[in-house]
Amino acid sequence: MNSEILGTILIFLITLLLAYPLGKYIAKVFAGEKTITNFLNPLERFFFRICGINPNESMNWKQFLKAMLTINMLWLVYAFFTLVFQDKLPLNPDGNPGQTPDLAFNTAISFLVNCNLQHYSGESGLTYFTQLFVITFLQFVSAATGIAALVALLNAFKEKTTQNLGNFWNYFVKSITRLLLPLSIVVAIILAFNGTPASFDGKDTITTLQGDTVQVSRGPAAGMIAIKQLGTNGGGWFGVNSAHPLENPNYITNAVETISILLIPIALVFALGFYLNKRKLANVIFGVMTFLFVIFCAINIYYETKGNPTFDNLGIVQTAGSMEGKEVRLGAAATAFWSVATTSTSNGSVNGMHDSLTPVSGGIILLDMMINALYGGVGVGILNYVIFIIIAVFISGLMVGRTPEFMGHKVEAREVKIAALITLLSAFLIKGFTALAAYMVAHHPDIAWQVKPEAWLNNPSYHGFSEMLYEYTSANANNGSGFEGLSDNNIFWNISTGIILLLGRFLPIIAPIAIAGLLAKKKFIPDSPGTLRVDSVTFGVMTLAVILILTALSYLPALALGPIAEFLSM
Amino acid sequence: MKKNLFISIKLTMVMIILCAVLYPLFVAGIGKATPGGGKGKTISVNGKVVGYENIGQKFTDDKYFNGRPSAVDYNSGGSAGSNKGPSNPDYLQVVKDRIDTFLVHNPGIKKEEIPADLVTASGSGLDPHISPAAAYVQVKRISAVRAIAENKVRTLVQKQVEKTILGPSVVNVLKLNIALDNLK
Repeated sequence: MNSEILGTILIFLITLLLAYPLGKYIAKVFAGEKTITNFLNPLERFFFRICGINPNESMNWKQFLKAMLTINMLWLVYAFFTLVFQDKLPLNPDGNPGQTPDLAFNTAISFLVNCNLQHYSGESGLTYFTQLFVITFLQFVSAATGIAALVALLNAFKEKTTQNLGNFWNYFVKSITRLLLPLSIVVAIILAFNGTPASFDGKDTITTLQGDTVQVSRGPAAGMIAIKQLGTNGGGWFGVNSAHPLENPNYITNAVETISILLIPIALVFALGFYLNKRKLANVIFGVMTFLFVIFCAINIYYETKGNPTFDNLGIVQTAGSMEGKEVRLGAAATAFWSVATTSTSNGSVNGMHDSLTPVSGGIILLDMMINALYGGVGVGILNYVIFIIIAVFISGLMVGRTPEFMGHKVEAREVKIAALITLLSAFLIKGFTALAAYMVAHHPDIAWQVKPEAWLNNPSYHGFSEMLYEYTSANANNGSGFEGLSDNNIFWNISTGIILLLGRFLPIIAPIAIAGLLAKKKFIPDSPGTLRVDSVTFGVMTLAVILILTALSYLPALALGPIAEFLSM
Repeated sequence: MKKNLFISIKLTMVMIILCAVLYPLFVAGIGKATPGGGKGKTISVNGKVVGYENIGQKFTDDKYFNGRPSAVDYNSGGSAGSNKGPSNPDYLQVVKDRIDTFLVHNPGIKKEEIPADLVTASGSGLDPHISPAAAYVQVKRISAVRAIAENKVRTLVQKQVEKTILGPSVVNVLKLNIALDNLK
């Protein structure tokens, strides 16, 4: 047991050791400095030439967003139709059907927005064609979109006064060629050598030792699983994601996949420091994020290794921890650590069933997704964190009675309004839709829908409420994990989460870039003794307080109805 | 707008070729060099494939070591956990029933000797492993049903325990049962 906890600590330390130099490398790539991957220059120039891109063309914040949104819109249309007609396309050895329009709507959006909420099971809901041409493709490009957006934000703060946020196409392409693709190849090879399938063979049929005839699902999974983790996507090849013994065959692959979940989100925090030459600021941000992250991990590891308290009356041994929904080869500690890693980073892959976690752990990962900025999704995590910073700057300014400043620019009413609206939006979407779903379950349980609300929940009482709250929280955070007992493949859930996914992705990207664009245009004010230093520990504590207060005010009542009530009732 | 759209279309095609064609083909090529050839590692008995090393199988016979309960009954065409919440009363009844069933099939074993993994469903429904404790607790039954000395069966289990440096120790149920069939 103790060695399992030691294992999680070691995994985290290795991640940090890798993330620091990677952050330095990322900063150099986007600053256009010389790196070891410069040999890819001709390839990128070739891409730019055939696509008609001038990578040096500068874009202001509106032009940048237009380019980004145009290509995203195109992917949405492409993905939707490919999923609906997948049964008529090649590479379908298992003969799986096309997706229904509402499921395709949900799936296309979900992968476009880097969420990967999956209302289908990979074994039967997709073909090898769509697994690669829609899912894997979107896992690369949605991650690259997030990273490109982050670089735009950083550009706004790099120069004293500027309109130029850089070139979207340039950052987008380089995110893939210099970062996501090379790392994915490394991880995919490690997985393949540990037993994850990589070939295009369809389902196998075997007769077991005891004489049963069963099928075994397979496919070119290793490559997809690598980018699923590295790009904070999280959507698994198989239905149960990385709990599946082919998707995550042993303790080594589990360590590699856990590191892949955290690696780029943490590296990007360091990259911010190197890129802006504000290492102290990056350290303070990293400190705040890590402080909460470590506390969350400790709580979940404690409760999951302690076991299910209701089992105490049954008289069996629980030395291995709470094992419902967990895999023996991974153990309770590794699954608890993963649960926090995957919700902190907006990844959403799982290596055990979150629906079966003990109530406190379930509550912690809900809270983690409600904050959604402890490292966060690739690129967008820092964007979310900047919103908290703007609010912290504003409140600090009020406290000392000065006009607030951030990065040498005055933060005025317009910027603060945008930031405030974004924080309110999340709470509104999550709680509003959860309330609607709970209302349907309570008052219209047998309404004449294909899947009646009374059949939605897999668990009664408080835990059933948590299932609905979790689904919308995960959708809004673009996380993608679920309390999977929820029957979510029907029109109500497909459409409602689809809407939240779109709003929860694009508004939190548009808003910080707009704020950054607006700030960067303003006159630069050099630091003076009266300037609030955002790279100080004091300001770090201030941001932490803002995060905790905003989150507690917004979500504590909802958490009280779900995991907290369940915990107190056990 | 129009310019953005044309760039978008062309760049999308380039990225599809790079990320959805070349990359998976490259990984599939590497996969051929791996044990199992990228198709999953199989286990054969007398030249006949009886299963995949990483995919759990249903063992309900008393003459075999039993694996963990499965929400998909070990049909690996799909995969699923039970998704039961820890406080669900129906679920607790199911676990209680599993304990009672186990006690009936394993006379001489006390409740306090049953490890939780034997009566809880795995996350995937395809867990190929059980904990060493879950194997040892079945030794008495196996020895009685197969009429093999208890210490012989126990030694067999000992040999099948796979230790990792940091992770939990595990026993692969399929490998253990194949070894058991070969014992005599």
